[in-house]
Amino acid sequence: MSDSHYCPHTPEEIAAMLAAIGVAGIEELFSPIPAELRAKSFNLPAGMSEFETYARMQAIAADNTQGMTNFIGGGFYDHIIPSVVDHLSGRSEFYTAYTPYQPECSQGTLQALFEYQTAICRLTGLDVSNASLYDGGTACAEAAMMALRVTGRNKIVVDGCVSPFSRQVLKTYLFNLDVEVIEIAPQKGQLDRGALASLLDDSVAAVLLQNPNFFGTVEDFTTLADQVHDAGALLIGSVYPIALGILKSPGEVGIDIAVGDGQSLGNPLSFGGPSFGFIAAKKTLIRNMPGRIVGETVDRNGTRGYVLTLQAREQHIKRHKATSNICSNQGLCALRGLIFLSSVGKEGLADLARLNRDKAEYAKAQLTSIPGVAVLQSAATFNEFTLYLSKNAAAVVGLLLDKGIAAGVPLGEYYEGAENCLVVTVTEKRTRKEIDLFARELEVALCN
Amino acid sequence: MQLIYELSVPGRRGIKLPASDVPSAAVLPEELLRREQAGLAEVSELDLVRHFTNLSRRNFSVDTNFYPLGSCTMKYNAKVLENAAALFAPFHPMTALLPGGADFCQGTLGMLYDLGQLLADITGMDEVTTQPLAGAQGEMTGIMLIAAYHASRGNKAKKKYVVVPDSSHGTNPASAAIVGYEIITVPTAPYGDMDLELFKKAMSDEVAAVMMTCPNTLGLFNPHIKEISDIAHSHDALMYYDGANLNAIMGKVKPGDVGFDVIHVNLHKTFGTPHGGGGPGSGPVGVKKALIPFLPQPRIVMDDDGKLLLETANKGSIGRTANFFGNFGVMAKAYAYIIMLGREGLIQVSEQAVLNANYIKEKLKPYYDLPYDMTCMHECVFSASKQLEHGVHAIDIAKFLIDKGYHPPTVYFPMIVKEAIMIEPTETESKATMDAFIAVMIEAAQAAISNPRALHDAPLTMPISRLDETKAAREQNVCCSG
Repeated sequence: MSDSHYCPHTPEEIAAMLAAIGVAGIEELFSPIPAELRAKSFNLPAGMSEFETYARMQAIAADNTQGMTNFIGGGFYDHIIPSVVDHLSGRSEFYTAYTPYQPECSQGTLQALFEYQTAICRLTGLDVSNASLYDGGTACAEAAMMALRVTGRNKIVVDGCVSPFSRQVLKTYLFNLDVEVIEIAPQKGQLDRGALASLLDDSVAAVLLQNPNFFGTVEDFTTLADQVHDAGALLIGSVYPIALGILKSPGEVGIDIAVGDGQSLGNPLSFGGPSFGFIAAKKTLIRNMPGRIVGETVDRNGTRGYVLTLQAREQHIKRHKATSNICSNQGLCALRGLIFLSSVGKEGLADLARLNRDKAEYAKAQLTSIPGVAVLQSAATFNEFTLYLSKNAAAVVGLLLDKGIAAGVPLGEYYEGAENCLVVTVTEKRTRKEIDLFARELEVALCN
Repeated sequence: MQLIYELSVPGRRGIKLPASDVPSAAVLPEELLRREQAGLAEVSELDLVRHFTNLSRRNFSVDTNFYPLGSCTMKYNAKVLENAAALFAPFHPMTALLPGGADFCQGTLGMLYDLGQLLADITGMDEVTTQPLAGAQGEMTGIMLIAAYHASRGNKAKKKYVVVPDSSHGTNPASAAIVGYEIITVPTAPYGDMDLELFKKAMSDEVAAVMMTCPNTLGLFNPHIKEISDIAHSHDALMYYDGANLNAIMGKVKPGDVGFDVIHVNLHKTFGTPHGGGGPGSGPVGVKKALIPFLPQPRIVMDDDGKLLLETANKGSIGRTANFFGNFGVMAKAYAYIIMLGREGLIQVSEQAVLNANYIKEKLKPYYDLPYDMTCMHECVFSASKQLEHGVHAIDIAKFLIDKGYHPPTVYFPMIVKEAIMIEPTETESKATMDAFIAVMIEAAQAAISNPRALHDAPLTMPISRLDETKAAREQNVCCSG
């Protein structure tokens, strides 16, 4: 009878239910839909078993080129994922629950999110975190909108070294509003500090920077924080959580709102999602934070417990006056982030960050020993750096893709005059052998 | 339960990192480095596993409990979907964005394209973007597309308002407000739908869009929907369809056929992908032809040879709503769900979702006030007003249900129903499960009269009793100190 074995009723049960309702057939239940509005066609293919479905999905996955060696990043990074992440986030008590509206039967999710918020606060050196946002790009946009609300101003200044994808998301979020977005052109893969100083005035709500930036450059923005604050603006920093194992925390820099993408914390590449965005801020900004926030409290017996708190900021209470329209966040991905960070641990994250940098510095040395290859930036880098090639980078990338190597992100499409620039990413997963092979193939590509 | 940080012991390791096969790099300049390490947990792998396993046991979930949370469509999540999504874990999204890179990603791009086609057929739209990351972001994207459409016709300044019924999800007005519109809210008439006369009065040429959920949050299909869209279109306003309740109508009616111009679909509701304790969701947006030029980029298009390409040169596009192609892993699950159930399966989903909701409605009607007493679609909304006469609120009934092993229905939404109890059983629940739930709801109604204290004290069987939410909001303790 059943076309979908996920619909469990037998014909007898359906008959009993229809009798209880007092209708002759299921179709009668659709009588509120006027006949002239009913669907005239429905052309989906016929269904199949789970086995045939899985085989189809395998065939689709097989249509992608397998086993590419990734030297690409651009916001998503090929990092190790401890086995515990899949196993624990794969507990269906976690993944088949909903947003924890009923705290008594959702303490698992709520406590995990409280622990997640704690991890994000400690990682960023800031006071408060929400329970996650969608991704790194939308987190930049939400932070900017937060700054617009807090300051009542209407200008956002963005370093052109911020990911072009995040900048595009930001502009899309703001496109229909009376807000000006001003971009500062990069100077050799670094922030043009003079240009920023000249733009700071009392109309600027926030300055958005990224560290390490899209070119891979690591900068110290500590001295900038005072400058930005003196103009009455907020400093927003987009950060890479693995790098925070060793790099100065946003709190130490003086950043007001830190954001970033949590993909590298235990979430697979998965062709771009799901990951999660994180956002942390100074305590004074909490009421302007978007999204869910979990808070600690006690029950009637004084036992510690966790609830969704400050919900009066949110859309389901405040409707059009809410701080954001966000409802679902990326709860399960944030849980994966927490499990990842708790598995790797305090010392482990620092070690992992150093391992990334060691691999990248090795690759940088190998690649720059090739004739016609130089490093663009003079400043320090973490696990990404920008090469200046003697040839068009897009063409070189094309040649290496055919060899199974994703050599990096060519910048020509994103920055004027950067046709020969290539951003190379080297995570802890890349072996010396893979790096050496990449260097050989790059040399061949540049010679031809 | 202790926090993971309270289990922490300095120097303990949970994992061994891969050994380095390269020399150590020179240390970075001091001004770039953090002064002390981030205070993450330091626990063994077993400590970690026990902690999160025990935490998970403090959750109700679809796999452990009936979860009739109205408006959220908490259906069973087939396990094969998890396996299917895992197949795509290794694919880097940047590969597709490299020059010529799309050639190496034909499988994943093809799946997104096909999913768009399937969703377009289900909803009666011409093209679908899979980029929006959740339902609310789909709404925002949809309203942006509408804003771009009006702007392209020189009407940006003129179009100031978005009309929503008072029964709408809070995300509807919030999403429209974020895009810069002012909101006009139209009250619900006694017949359970947006008041048609008040709607006509609210409409003018300054209205950019009308946002509707159909069936609405009372679980009722609006029989005037075509008339409403005709009126909207006569004012050059576009019709936005909130797809939260699409589970009720697959194969029965297509939003695109009844006048809707833009729609978002919640894959984590209708298409069987798990809710993850509050995400990840996925909110593809479908549009009619006139809005295709404004869709987010990169747009996945197929050339004459059936090859998938990424189009990025479209000047009219609103831009980008996510860094890459949306929540691909969620879409892989939804795609597998749709091809597995197929045409007949999806029709059956909607039929049995509606059957189940009407069954519960009929069975509970003698015990609970049903403010809009008519055939419902996939969910029904009661009021605890009868129980309130005995001092028992909807929240007390919810907590009583927890003690009996049921996740409560949605309570206090929609806001237009006093003491609302919104029940959505979904198609995957058996008659036996629903009968047991109905018996407990009846028990709650009887206890409201005979022993209200039992409801006020509930829950008593959980690790914690009711929590002091005021204290949480006042103290704002959102991160463990130390």
